[in-house]
Amino acid sequence: MRHSIALTSALLLAVCVALAGCGRPSTNNAGSKSGMIQIKGSDTMVNLGQAWAEAYMRAHSTANVAVTGGGSGTGIAAIIQGTTDIAECSRPMKDKEIAQAKERGVNPVEHEVALDALSVIINPANPVGKLTIDQLSDIFTGKITNWKQIGGADEEIVLLSRDKNSGSHVFFLEHVVRRGNDKGPEEYVQSALMMPSSEAIAGQVATDKGAIGYVGLGYVDPKKHKAVAVAKTAAGPFIEPSIETAIDHTYPISRPLYWYTNGQPKDEVKSLLEFILSPEGQKIVDKLGFAPMKKA
Amino acid sequence: MMKAGLCNGSRKSLRRLVEPLIEKFVALNGALAILFVVLIMAFLLRDGLPVFRSVSVSKFLFGRDWYPLSDQFGALPLILGSVAVTLGAIVIAVPIGVAAAVYLAEIAPLRVREILKPTVEVLAGIPSVVIGFIGMVILAPWVKGAFDLPTGMTALTGSIMLAFMAMPTIISISEDAIVAVPRDYPTGALALGATSWQAIAGVTVPAAKSGIIAAVMLGIGRAIGETMTVLMVTGNAAVIPHSLLQPVRTMTATIAAEMGEVAQGTPHYYSLFAIGLVLFLMTFAINLIADLALQKTRVRR
Repeated sequence: MRHSIALTSALLLAVCVALAGCGRPSTNNAGSKSGMIQIKGSDTMVNLGQAWAEAYMRAHSTANVAVTGGGSGTGIAAIIQGTTDIAECSRPMKDKEIAQAKERGVNPVEHEVALDALSVIINPANPVGKLTIDQLSDIFTGKITNWKQIGGADEEIVLLSRDKNSGSHVFFLEHVVRRGNDKGPEEYVQSALMMPSSEAIAGQVATDKGAIGYVGLGYVDPKKHKAVAVAKTAAGPFIEPSIETAIDHTYPISRPLYWYTNGQPKDEVKSLLEFILSPEGQKIVDKLGFAPMKKA
Repeated sequence: MMKAGLCNGSRKSLRRLVEPLIEKFVALNGALAILFVVLIMAFLLRDGLPVFRSVSVSKFLFGRDWYPLSDQFGALPLILGSVAVTLGAIVIAVPIGVAAAVYLAEIAPLRVREILKPTVEVLAGIPSVVIGFIGMVILAPWVKGAFDLPTGMTALTGSIMLAFMAMPTIISISEDAIVAVPRDYPTGALALGATSWQAIAGVTVPAAKSGIIAAVMLGIGRAIGETMTVLMVTGNAAVIPHSLLQPVRTMTATIAAEMGEVAQGTPHYYSLFAIGLVLFLMTFAINLIADLALQKTRVRR
């Protein structure tokens, strides 16, 4: 009897806590009233966001910045629902998403904060060194299943993709799998492994001879991965992903990385955004292996 | 209770007043548990059913293509993925779990038992993300090498890790069931000349059968609902599994991986709740069977 009372009261307590949690109002706007700046979104950018936040907090002792990953889609959903101040995104917001935000009274404002070359990585033991967009599309749609079909060893290709909440997943789908036609009929083949993070892809490629995956430039480790040179057509030129080729856009799948705020940034958020776009903030971009904005 | 005899009249009447109140309070709490289940069900129905405005029930349950970004909601690969991983886990966990329970209840000396029982309970307390990490770093490369596969992220890897998680449930409930078998049964068998093994396999275990079935069912419930571990080790490719040696995507992993991204009120959002509904109905059925099995034990005694 006593046991069940203790149990039920514990249950009741849990319910109360849960209800209290639900009642929390979402007061975020671009000015961050709470004194704590929330950054959420792209897994590609999570380390970059963390490094920016740490450097900013070192310079501003009263500032409080919290960074979480989860994927660009997660960040966009959070800014639409008003639960984050800044959404980090490795792809631009879609019209559909902007319309959804407007419906909820959120006005997403886009800021380009860095550049990235979305790098296609394979195991260093793999002799294949360059691929065209068409070949990559055939690989990720399952038309090419063995490395020997494209000049490699007789080894089954293990496809590593990011999951659907990832900006890289969507960017790669539209620009590589669908060859730039974002309404195209191609899809990732069902047998492609959906990895929960860039780190997981980088780790698998490092140990798996047949693997191929895509990650942000900052995740490429030349000791563990080989970044494939990519060309738009078989005629070339085949360009390797690097900071330089991302800045001059010669690498075919280079892309900007974004921050989204609700309305023009104010107060702390504005000061943080100014910091990351400053030469000091852009130096951090370079340090983490991504490409700084041209003007820096 | 001792004090009751010493109570004077007014205290007695106070007790008469308070006791029903406490009883009502406890009854209310019991009813609350039912209310919660009903509310969860209602919530899942409210947010799950609207998906059938954009896709038919049969296309959802039997469709083979899960491309929610392109509005294709075929959940069959996900349902079969969950079933494959769970069945694999049960095939591994049941023999080991029941054997461990028999050993703990019938064979182990007291001192061994005193060490083993808490250890099994500790196993139940390991966070699923830790189990997933071990699976990813240690088991997956081993599976890849042992079966000469292109990748170690397979249903089997998930099954083995889930077996570890379902085992504590299976062991403790089976052990309770075996301990509850009246001592006369095995001692009677021994008196008739049976060996210890014959007494265990022929008398004790069959007598505890319904409890063991309940344990297995609850173990299945534990395995099918597990999320983090399978998300980390099964590769999450939404294909219909033909063997345990290929990657699968489970219902739980799909909800966990995609829920963060969807905007409320889209078909994708509703489809994830519909998957939750399917999962809820499956675990509900499993728990119901477990309950019926347990009830059978009680009635017989």
